[in-house]
Amino acid sequence: MTLLPEKVDKKLGLVIDLDTCVGCHACVVACKGWNTENYGSALSDKDAYGGDPVGTFLNRVHSYEVEPPLGASQTVHFPKSCLHCEDAPCVTVCPTGASYKREEDGIVLVNEDACIGCGLCAWACPYGARELDGVSGVMKKCTLCVDRIYNENLAEEDRVPACVRTCPAGARHFGDLGDEESDVSKLVRERGGMDLMPEMGTKPVNKYLPLRSRDEGLGVPALEEVASEPTGFMRWLDKVLEKV
Amino acid sequence: MKEPYVELSPEVSEEVRQTTCYMCACRCGIDVHMKDGKVAYIEGNRSHPVNKGVLCAKGSAGVMQVNSPSRLRSPLRRVGERGRGEFEEISWEEALSEVTDRLLKIRREAPERLAFFTGRDQSQSFTSYWAQEFGTPNYAAHGGFCSVNMATAGIYTMGGAFWEFGQPDFERTKYLMLFGVAEDHDSNPIKMGLGKMKGRGAKVVGVNPVRTGYNAIADEWIGITPGSDGLFIMSLIYELLRSGKVDTDYLSCYTNAPFLLEGGDGERSGLFLRDGDGKPLVMDRVSGKLVAFDGKGVRPDLRGDGKHETVFGKLVETYLSDCYAPEKVSERCGVPVETICRIASELAHVAFEESIELPIAWTDFRGEHHEVMLGRPVSFHAMRGISAHGNGFQTCRALHILQILLGSVEVPGGFRFKPPYPKPAEIHPKPHSDCHVNCPLDGPHLGFVMGPEDLALKIDGRAARIDKAFTWENPLSSHGLMHMVISNAYAGDPYKIDTLFFYMANMAWNSSMDTGGVMEKLTAKDDEGNYVIPYIVYSDAYASEMVAYADIVLPDTTYLERHDCISLLDRPISEPDGAADAIRGPVVDAGRDVRGFQSVLCDLGHRLGLGGFVTEDGEAKYKDYADYIVHHERKPGIGPLSGYRGEDGSLSGRGGVNEDQLDRYKEGGGFFVSPIEAGSSFYKPWNMSYQDWAVGMGFYEKPSPYVFQLYVEPLRKFQLAAEGYGEIQPPDHLRDSLKSRMTPFPEWYESTDEDDDYPLHALTQRPMAMYHSWGSQNAWLRQIHGMNPLYVPLRVWREHGFEEGDWAKVTSRHGEITVPVALHRGLNGHTVWTWNAIGKRRGAWGLGEGSPESTKGFLLNHLIDDLLPLKDGERVSNSDPVTGQAAWFDLKVRLEKVSPRKSSEPVFEELKSPVGVGPKVVSFKVGR
Repeated sequence: MTLLPEKVDKKLGLVIDLDTCVGCHACVVACKGWNTENYGSALSDKDAYGGDPVGTFLNRVHSYEVEPPLGASQTVHFPKSCLHCEDAPCVTVCPTGASYKREEDGIVLVNEDACIGCGLCAWACPYGARELDGVSGVMKKCTLCVDRIYNENLAEEDRVPACVRTCPAGARHFGDLGDEESDVSKLVRERGGMDLMPEMGTKPVNKYLPLRSRDEGLGVPALEEVASEPTGFMRWLDKVLEKV
Repeated sequence: MKEPYVELSPEVSEEVRQTTCYMCACRCGIDVHMKDGKVAYIEGNRSHPVNKGVLCAKGSAGVMQVNSPSRLRSPLRRVGERGRGEFEEISWEEALSEVTDRLLKIRREAPERLAFFTGRDQSQSFTSYWAQEFGTPNYAAHGGFCSVNMATAGIYTMGGAFWEFGQPDFERTKYLMLFGVAEDHDSNPIKMGLGKMKGRGAKVVGVNPVRTGYNAIADEWIGITPGSDGLFIMSLIYELLRSGKVDTDYLSCYTNAPFLLEGGDGERSGLFLRDGDGKPLVMDRVSGKLVAFDGKGVRPDLRGDGKHETVFGKLVETYLSDCYAPEKVSERCGVPVETICRIASELAHVAFEESIELPIAWTDFRGEHHEVMLGRPVSFHAMRGISAHGNGFQTCRALHILQILLGSVEVPGGFRFKPPYPKPAEIHPKPHSDCHVNCPLDGPHLGFVMGPEDLALKIDGRAARIDKAFTWENPLSSHGLMHMVISNAYAGDPYKIDTLFFYMANMAWNSSMDTGGVMEKLTAKDDEGNYVIPYIVYSDAYASEMVAYADIVLPDTTYLERHDCISLLDRPISEPDGAADAIRGPVVDAGRDVRGFQSVLCDLGHRLGLGGFVTEDGEAKYKDYADYIVHHERKPGIGPLSGYRGEDGSLSGRGGVNEDQLDRYKEGGGFFVSPIEAGSSFYKPWNMSYQDWAVGMGFYEKPSPYVFQLYVEPLRKFQLAAEGYGEIQPPDHLRDSLKSRMTPFPEWYESTDEDDDYPLHALTQRPMAMYHSWGSQNAWLRQIHGMNPLYVPLRVWREHGFEEGDWAKVTSRHGEITVPVALHRGLNGHTVWTWNAIGKRRGAWGLGEGSPESTKGFLLNHLIDDLLPLKDGERVSNSDPVTGQAAWFDLKVRLEKVSPRKSSEPVFEELKSPVGVGPKVVSFKVGR
């Protein structure tokens, strides 16, 4: 049993735009690359070139089809990583205190030195956002690139999570969701940002921006025939040139 | 509670080396973070013109490519039978001596017996130069089986095409239509552009039978039935003409719409009326006289002179035909009439009611001064989905005509060219194929024909090239027909060859039609037990399926281990606001006995004594490719790289050799941009300040303004030949096809036969996280796409009673495969599809037993015939009759539910891997 902080100074998190995500997996691999080299143990791959490759990823993209009541089926690309919940069940369930939520920014981390790999946190997380590494035996999860966002060896503009920096479509946004005036908070207000599975009561910090309406016309006037009686090119052209 | 210590500022890397990605063809700039001399992490280069910092999944996974177990280690000589993968390692000296002896003999006896084709080569200006110096007419890269329809249609129509030639004005466009764009080229720039458009609420329409990727996030999806895009586009044109919503000013000034056509019958019928200097004539509204179209102050009149039909008159007559009315095309396209009409109205509305103006003055080629740049903010992008059909050329042409009628090319908010484009077809080279022993070829292999006189035919009328490019079968085959080389070499049609020399083209697997047949042709023996294709040399960096079919393997480096240049002489990476080129530099030592292929060609060029590769004393002219990049001059002052030219590196475009050029590129981030000033940034084909800048850069020798070719006169010349005019005459069996397919305005035709036995269209789409066959050897990427089911639409799914986990036999007129199926609702009801090139042959790519790529992955290629069914007893390739583009997407199939299999079928014998199998576990941090 591990305690959550009474209050956090910031609520750092991601805002993911489902309307814009093309499902390219750029975030998945940038995350894998950065986090293999950085925080904690490497993200391993077992049977890497064989019949059943299983690797650790902190961020994965799932694609779903959604059928609206009217119109064609839609495809939604849904990137999923730790949501850094305010009431994080993965923290409170941890028997050793390895899983914890940082007071200064709300990031949920695993202290790998204290992790015994029991897997309770992964079981408690309703989002399936944690993966036990098959080689190191410790629990891995999104760190919100805690070793990038404050990293003084990086240029200011690069102090964002690897997934945000790489996203080609600009579908991922990073910031303080506890600050009403931050760009991410404004974006959530403007676009009706949503919690993932709010009924679980975990109060996720990360937000998802929903799909905008699809398959609708612009509502512009229909085209009208330029000359009601088609009488050859010259007549047509005269009419067209008159209109210009 | 005290929180544990977290290192918040770890050192990111010891050094960043900036180079160019090669995980696909987009050529993004990358920052390679090094630790202990090894590649630790790769991210996008923020300053780079292509990707501006972002990077896709493939790019970031480059770490695993440079560690791939599939990397070849040493030159190999075949010891077993061809196709088994049994090799011995040999030294470079042995390998190069053997190849040199073979090639010397060929060059001495019959240079055309070498067929040198280079796949997904990014050094085509170099490899083609080598082939030209060798003297064989048989050279091309992979354009023929990629998107030559797109490139050729664009260049003949408007002097440039999509992707490398131009792109939507993502900053300003308000309406973008994507046609047949799977999740590929150009990868990151499209994603960035879509993100920008989404950010400002601009509308994106995706036209594609399959709703994935870009089409999934498009505001509107039009799930068109394959092969009918041209019909849909022509119906949009019909609607715009019917309502008079075309940009008549633009058409009159910047296109051949006002050109006058010779009438009547006869050898000049349908050609442009020209003056004594050969310039097309227009009726001038100012003087009321017939004058050359480009004279000072001329205002061409679309009405013409009352005696001759104008191009525009003929265009209106062609497209106001009832056959293009929405009601007539709706069923074939699978698009409701209301949708066609509405899309046309939206295009017209945005182009003409929401036009934009930039307060930038400019002067056109007729000397007219304009105070502003008027923009029509509708734009288009298209790729293989519309081009890989037997009607792809005319479909791509139709799309360009739509763009031009809307006045939306090279204007703000529309489609913009990227230098060295725009560049009209007539100032490109023409094809050359005149070959003599011990001589270089008479000119560049590939080019743009302007009439029958430019075809690559021998005196007796037979094809001069092994791929039959530039023949009556496919006259405008500007990229060659790589997909026909093996088939033709095997058949000895048009002649036998001795050596096939391939570079990075997986012809024994995913890059060929009729893959099984190709394997048989590569291994077939004659009555005396000799291979029908006598000798095969292959260069690749990895243990691909094709390696197993080589007699000699020349192992290439990976992209992080060599020098390269992304040249303006080649496939450039420019942006609309600047000319750009780039280099690759080795960021790590290969540590294997491998050599960059281009350096090997420099060496072979010296050993063979090729003119361009030896000094006057017979010494090697270039010690390696890097040396060539710096010192080669195509024309005085014009070399592979445009930046830091001249002795002190102060010149760009034109300038002498600079010994420090590569170092300067490396210091500059691996690339160089020559920006275009605002006054030159739009209306480029007609904008004199752009034209002057282009001359200064060395793109051409004098300003070369031109007008867009709605009506393509060279096509009419081929029709005239087919009608019997002229001295160079086609064979009789092709006359009808030439008359009906080489129409100077695009006309739509079915490119597949209606056949109730095969009711479904079958397509592939490229996944965003994979580039053809390369991704599967990458431990990270193969976890994203490790297998590929056949996706089936709901109607067909129900009809066959499919359930999750089911398998189907898929049959075409050519063959059958048995594969897993999956339901996809967001799919045209007459179409099935799968991901491209995920399926792998057992034993290839360093993959182990039971790899899902082999058991649940598959290729559609087995179903696609490389030849069309015999017609009049003639052997004709399954390609666009105009350009020779491989018609991959004309495939039709039927399905049959079968019991689940252990492995997708056909199953081929396991290849013996020349590199073994990759490690079981990958878990490492570089430098720890």
